[in-house]
Amino acid sequence: MPRKEGRDKVTGAARYVDDMALPGMLHGATVRSSVARGKIKTISFGPGVDWNEFVVVTAKDIPGKNCIALILDDQPCLAAENVNHPEEPILLLAHAERHKLRKAVEAVSIDYEPLPSVHSMEDSERKSTIIWGNDNILKRYLVEKGDVDAVWKEAAHIVEGEYFTGAQEQLYIENNGVIAAFEPESGVTIWGSLQCPYYVHKALMALCDQPEDRVRVVQMETGGAFGGKEEYPSMIAGHAALLAIKSGKPVKIIYDRMEDMIATTKRHPSRTRHRTAVDKNGKILGGEIEFTIDGGAYATLSSVVLSRGTIHAGGPYYWPSVRIRTKAVATNTPPHGAFRGFGAPQSLFALERHMDRIAQVVGISPIEVRRRNFLKTGQTTTTEQTIQENIDLDGLLDRALDLSNYDAKKKRFAEENRNGKIKKGIGIAAFLHGAGFTGSGERYLNSLVGVEAGADGVVRVLVSSAEFGQGTNTVLCQIAAEALGLPYENVAIAQPDTNVVPNSGPTVASRTAMIVGKLVQSAATGIKETLAKSGLLGEDYTPDQFRIACREYIASHGALKSYSRYESPGNVYWDDEKYRGEAYAAFAWAVYVAEVTVDLTTYSVTVNDFVALQEVGKVLNPVLAEGQITGGVAQGIGFALYEKVVWHDGRMLNNQMTNYIMPTSVDLPPIRVFFEEHGNVHGAHGAKGIGELPMDGPAPAIVNAVEDATGVRFDSIPLLPEDLFEALGDKSGERDFLSPTRGMA
Amino acid sequence: MNSSLEKSAKRDVSFIVNGEERNLLAHPMERLLDVLRNGLGLTGAKEGCGEGECGSCSVLLDGMLVNSCLVPVAQANGASIITIEGISTHDLLSPLQQAFLECGGAQCGICTPGMILAAVHLLEKKPEPALSDIREGLAGNLCRCTGYMQIFEAVARAAQLRMAK
Repeated sequence: MPRKEGRDKVTGAARYVDDMALPGMLHGATVRSSVARGKIKTISFGPGVDWNEFVVVTAKDIPGKNCIALILDDQPCLAAENVNHPEEPILLLAHAERHKLRKAVEAVSIDYEPLPSVHSMEDSERKSTIIWGNDNILKRYLVEKGDVDAVWKEAAHIVEGEYFTGAQEQLYIENNGVIAAFEPESGVTIWGSLQCPYYVHKALMALCDQPEDRVRVVQMETGGAFGGKEEYPSMIAGHAALLAIKSGKPVKIIYDRMEDMIATTKRHPSRTRHRTAVDKNGKILGGEIEFTIDGGAYATLSSVVLSRGTIHAGGPYYWPSVRIRTKAVATNTPPHGAFRGFGAPQSLFALERHMDRIAQVVGISPIEVRRRNFLKTGQTTTTEQTIQENIDLDGLLDRALDLSNYDAKKKRFAEENRNGKIKKGIGIAAFLHGAGFTGSGERYLNSLVGVEAGADGVVRVLVSSAEFGQGTNTVLCQIAAEALGLPYENVAIAQPDTNVVPNSGPTVASRTAMIVGKLVQSAATGIKETLAKSGLLGEDYTPDQFRIACREYIASHGALKSYSRYESPGNVYWDDEKYRGEAYAAFAWAVYVAEVTVDLTTYSVTVNDFVALQEVGKVLNPVLAEGQITGGVAQGIGFALYEKVVWHDGRMLNNQMTNYIMPTSVDLPPIRVFFEEHGNVHGAHGAKGIGELPMDGPAPAIVNAVEDATGVRFDSIPLLPEDLFEALGDKSGERDFLSPTRGMA
Repeated sequence: MNSSLEKSAKRDVSFIVNGEERNLLAHPMERLLDVLRNGLGLTGAKEGCGEGECGSCSVLLDGMLVNSCLVPVAQANGASIITIEGISTHDLLSPLQQAFLECGGAQCGICTPGMILAAVHLLEKKPEPALSDIREGLAGNLCRCTGYMQIFEAVARAAQLRMAK
């Protein structure tokens, strides 16, 4: 089943937004804050630029509300009086010749009255400077299960740990970009590189003060997103729209790499503290988990990222009691945002490092500690969701150990590591990822999906779910084709255009195949039923008979469309106040194994082998599914070992591909992907979400392997050679490598 | 592109692009990438970083694999250039394009044109590449979607298809 738009992609014919131009189009640029926090005093336009040639937009030109409408609406589209982070947009320029913009941007000078700023989670928590709300706290959650206060006295061991993850840049290869046009008769149109057409639609209605039918958003081919084009496109689209409204001409804004990296969202940095009571066998009795993320200067999506991080903090284990306190704090840095995994990679990194720590303290192997605590069917998660599906995490673990030849390698490495400067290690991570929106989320989204048949018998899927590499187009067409018993070639998918497609919700949260897919399945079935009811189609039919039936139906009725709206499975219980209940309709489960080499001459870590085994329900398209896993694992390896955002007063310093390093083709191990397929009642043909899962496991598996190799604990990522040098450097020469975990496999 | 362009006069540039002779007026220091995309409408080459790190603007210049964002157009004068648009003939996909399609070598597609040109270059030099050759040959082209595995598979399969021909 080849990728629907694949041919255009391999021939270079696919149209991304920067490949498009409109007659009379101007180019836009953004003047940004040079300070982290302050009051804007004056804006002046310097000499050497003919300002008459430029269109200039400030906050005063905003027709509607000066905010990016999302959840709390606290983020302005253009800073008016105060700036709250470096690179905050203040003023917009447009000109017909793109190369004239750089000089003009530099010629705008802005004077600020500086205000004290906050640049770490700890500073934010200290509250000596309040930069957001009353207490710098963007959002909090508290999850309580059982009586955790009672467990400490019966514990054989109390294990504590503190874990950190850094910011991570999505680094889609296509930078953010949009084109906006404004016509007095029809309103605002946006063509852009984006994940969620209706997020942009909502934001522009508020910003431009336009009714629903006067804002149109069209998704162009999108060159990677990974969450980085979930909320940010509303900002850049807003900017282009303001310039288009003021100038009366189409305006294109394409960020270059440096602007994209310095100004747009990244993965939330995190800190997790664990305090766990275990019995003498390493069984968890209860624990306290504190999970804190750095949200940056505005609330944006932090509450939702925090939610997912909170729910995943207990991992695939049974906690008889637990208290999970979490918060997102404000700092004067550009808002952190959506990135594949959405909080879960952060809290799961901490947990999966902590499980190894528990194993050491108890004196059992990393394998055994997981076995003794795995969730089983019928048990409840930290939010007291009863696991209904048939899960076998022991079996999953066994298979992963087998595939990675874990036991033999563990033994061999322990031998070989006694001498020399090359140390090998092997580490595992077990984890889960909830598919779809959290808790009541899918009910609020109320997604609508359409399927339309033409007189030529070609069926078109109508969804706002965007293709950005994951295979949306292909998988949804496959589902419709199968539901209708038609060849895959007879099904097409509409370009996401809010004038054409209904709101099937955002393309996020690993929800497309499972939730939207199920709706496509039922909408497609509706077409068949309509034709059957009209007496035009029997139970069994050929594509030709289907075509004739469509033609006849359309001749008498005008059009043949079928819509399907999300209906909550009636028995779902979720309490938003107590954060208790069925957090997700389905979880995907996984065990990953990483094998590493640590070179004590260069202090580099190389991943030599990677086994990714997961249970994701039905695999709808093996090539695409495998591609999701290998790609996610590669990003996870980057998260663990390569990708470091260097900050100075809230500003990214290494905002280039030259000094922000992602894995290349020579850096990655063979990534060996395996699936277990169990059905899932909630998804189309039994599918569960898959896109984000592979981001969760690699980092802890790798760092566990590094500890196995070196005998030294590392609890912070990214883990770069300089970090290893600092921890091991002066000792490596003389030191005999004795790992506390040796010989316990 | 920078404002120094305004100061230099446009010059005649001529080269052969995908087998066709093309003549145009351009500032000598204009990036070949911009000339291909904006001057000739060949938008298959993409800008990912503008500094020669990502390889998504890769084209073949007299058989050499270059980052067209780092090549001033004056340097391409008289050269023969192959872009992704010159890889398939008459709607017929090349073995590499076919293999990328079948193996899942293209996800979001933004690195794909450059990646395929890097692979074309590799297979010209090494018609039967080992996996290590493929890894080396593509090391200048970043892909954020695939983790490269299916790209390696595609290049290996294309090499087989070519040898079988």
